[in-house]
Amino acid sequence: MLHKLSFHKLTQRAAQRIKTVHSTGLVCCFALLMNNHAIASADQALGYPEKEELTLGFIKLTDMAPLAVAYERGYFEDEGLYVTLEAQANWKVLLDGVVDGRLDGAHMLAGQPLAARIGYGTKADLITPFSMNLNSNAITVANDVWQKMKPHLPTDTNGKIKHPITADALKPVIDDYQRQGKRFNMGMVFPVSTHNYEIRYWLAASGIHPGFYAPESGDTSGLIDAQVQLSVTPPPQMPATMEAGTIKGYCVGEPWNQQALMKGLGVPVITNAQIWRNNPEKVLGLTQAFVERYPNTTIRLTRALLRATKWLDENNNANRVAATKLLAQSQYVGADAEVIASSMTGTFEFERGDKRAMPDFNVFFRYNANFPYYSDAIWFLTQMRRWGQISEDKSDQWFEDVARSVYRPEIFKRAVQSLIDDKLLHASDFPDVLSQDGFRAPQSHFIDGKTFDARKPNAYLAQFVISKTAGIKQVNKLRSEPVDMTLE
Amino acid sequence: MSLFANFSITPRQFGDAISDVLPALRRALTAAIVPILGVVMFVVVWTIAAGSIQTSLGQFPNPASVAQQTVNLYQEHQAEREKAEAFYQRQIERNAARLAKDPNYPAKIRPYTGKATFIDQIQTSLITVLAGFGLAAAIAIPFGIMIGLNKALYTATNPIIQLFKPVSPLAWLPLVTMVVSALYTSDDPLFAKSFVNSLITVTLCCIWPMIINTSVGVASINKDWQNVSRVLRLPPLVHIKKIVLPAAIPSIFTGLRLSLGIAWMVLIAAEMLAQNPGLGKFVWDEFQNGSSQSLSRIMTAVLVIGLIGYLLDRVMLQLQRLLSWNKASAQR
Repeated sequence: MLHKLSFHKLTQRAAQRIKTVHSTGLVCCFALLMNNHAIASADQALGYPEKEELTLGFIKLTDMAPLAVAYERGYFEDEGLYVTLEAQANWKVLLDGVVDGRLDGAHMLAGQPLAARIGYGTKADLITPFSMNLNSNAITVANDVWQKMKPHLPTDTNGKIKHPITADALKPVIDDYQRQGKRFNMGMVFPVSTHNYEIRYWLAASGIHPGFYAPESGDTSGLIDAQVQLSVTPPPQMPATMEAGTIKGYCVGEPWNQQALMKGLGVPVITNAQIWRNNPEKVLGLTQAFVERYPNTTIRLTRALLRATKWLDENNNANRVAATKLLAQSQYVGADAEVIASSMTGTFEFERGDKRAMPDFNVFFRYNANFPYYSDAIWFLTQMRRWGQISEDKSDQWFEDVARSVYRPEIFKRAVQSLIDDKLLHASDFPDVLSQDGFRAPQSHFIDGKTFDARKPNAYLAQFVISKTAGIKQVNKLRSEPVDMTLE
Repeated sequence: MSLFANFSITPRQFGDAISDVLPALRRALTAAIVPILGVVMFVVVWTIAAGSIQTSLGQFPNPASVAQQTVNLYQEHQAEREKAEAFYQRQIERNAARLAKDPNYPAKIRPYTGKATFIDQIQTSLITVLAGFGLAAAIAIPFGIMIGLNKALYTATNPIIQLFKPVSPLAWLPLVTMVVSALYTSDDPLFAKSFVNSLITVTLCCIWPMIINTSVGVASINKDWQNVSRVLRLPPLVHIKKIVLPAAIPSIFTGLRLSLGIAWMVLIAAEMLAQNPGLGKFVWDEFQNGSSQSLSRIMTAVLVIGLIGYLLDRVMLQLQRLLSWNKASAQR
């Protein structure tokens, strides 16, 4: 609407050129047909995109980088896609945008397509063919909370605080609040966000109850029996909400943890990579209808994003500084370049002055980060069951069926194969990705030492003490007698 | 130039001339210098105050940082225009290459997909406010004339008008958004939903002063002129065109100027919430970004908003002068 004057001139210019090209094109085409039938181009194997103009939504977080990079470096255009990237106000607006078609797709929380499929929240058939990144989140607490936690933290021989910082040091602070009759509030970004499950995991690993959901009785607050009250705040508003005192800490993606540190509002205490090493984070969320209607477009979207994530992790994060400059532009993340660089370029700053090497704070391509593993989906589903968002016990087969309906590695494999055929990426970039069955080997790098085997989700759930599936007596330290928490 | 050489003026006449010119000179200087002095004082106070306010986003912006950001915003605009040119160029080339392989391809040139610059956002805001204002005027002026002429109609509608006049745009916006979402459904809409939302909100808020001022202006037409109309038995439309409108123009324009001021203020708020890509959205986005330049850029936007509001008012004043039969009524 706004570039009307120049746009009009350009359309005129373009129309003239297309007319001349059209006629030359006809001549060329004729000649080609006469001489050469087999036009050896992978585009023929893949086919042009059915829908060329796309609008993709994102939230202002550094892990929207694959979208920004694919746009700015022309990877979308190489696929014949004309993409408009639109920042969304919060995760709810983003989800609604994809579901009702205002957005063709989005940078989505991994839990969103899964929750939509099972009908927790808005019910919709969303799928994902592409995992955008691993790790990328952290938990930050307010300055006064940090000061109270610090004396309880073990230090190593150099006097540096030992990492990972468990929530054990937070327990006395929470007990203190409860004694004074005050609520201890913390924030996360969405009820089915990775952040919600990560902060709950971290708290529960130290015996702190983060609250249950009871959607079967209409209670979707997640506050039942909670010692820490978790609430939703959009990511860019996290530091301000903590400054206002509404929450005493939060789990969010970058740059909102380093931002709080730089503004003197709080201290990051743990990254989600320290809670679960190389955990899945964002995905490319699309509707099933879109994928069925525009299969080539979906594959081409995946291809463009794959090239972007490869660039981001190339040569040991060599391009991260350039990526930081890109993200600092106001239409992408907009925070200061140095705040973004603080987590994107190989380090992460905890307390002021305590910078630790963390080259894997953001993983965009390494370790098969982009493969949409069923096992990742199943982990999120187990956590939904653990906290009660899924209200009944489900069979192991149910978990796998839901994962298979949402996560689509076959589209990913198709995209990888076509990129290799087009010589845009090498087969060596994807070690045995094409033979993957969609399940990672059992993972045990969790902060509480438990092992997750996606083929046995119920056995995994049974390991947890603080869980809706735990049919044992729960002892709450501040209550005088044990409370029977058996569930039917 | 020597007065005494070329003209025969006595020193006394010269003295008289000077004492005539001096007061005029003093008045002219006062008119020019005092406002400048006022602005300079303001800038000095602003610089001192800004230096002593530290926020979590950095120091409060002072005139120097605002000037810097104005330059930055303009340079970003230039850079974005260059990117847009390159984008169109690539499109043309890509379409040509595609047509060479596939002549049936319906090639078209798509508008630039990059961000709207500050200048674009100013344009969007102006278009939205004028559209909302125009819609409000189209409804309010005929309606105001009607209720001004008919006492019964006025008494009937007055309570409604007084009830809705104080309602803030922020209260209207959710309702407007829901209604527009429900009614304005089309696969390829001509106007973006955010544009329609902002427009309607602006209309709803600035329509009331227009109606009130128009009806008051129409109701208080000089009795003599109304008698002339009755004597000549003028048909109603001619009566309105020849007597009512010219007589009521000062009041109507007062209403229009007030409404335009309100519309401009309301627009910025509506844009922040409806995410219409204008100045309101610029301010909101800068605040959300929380970069060290954010406050300066917001301050720049504030000054630009004020300047545009002032210019809009001046334009209305000129329009009033053009349309008034009584030039004395449109002085300030």
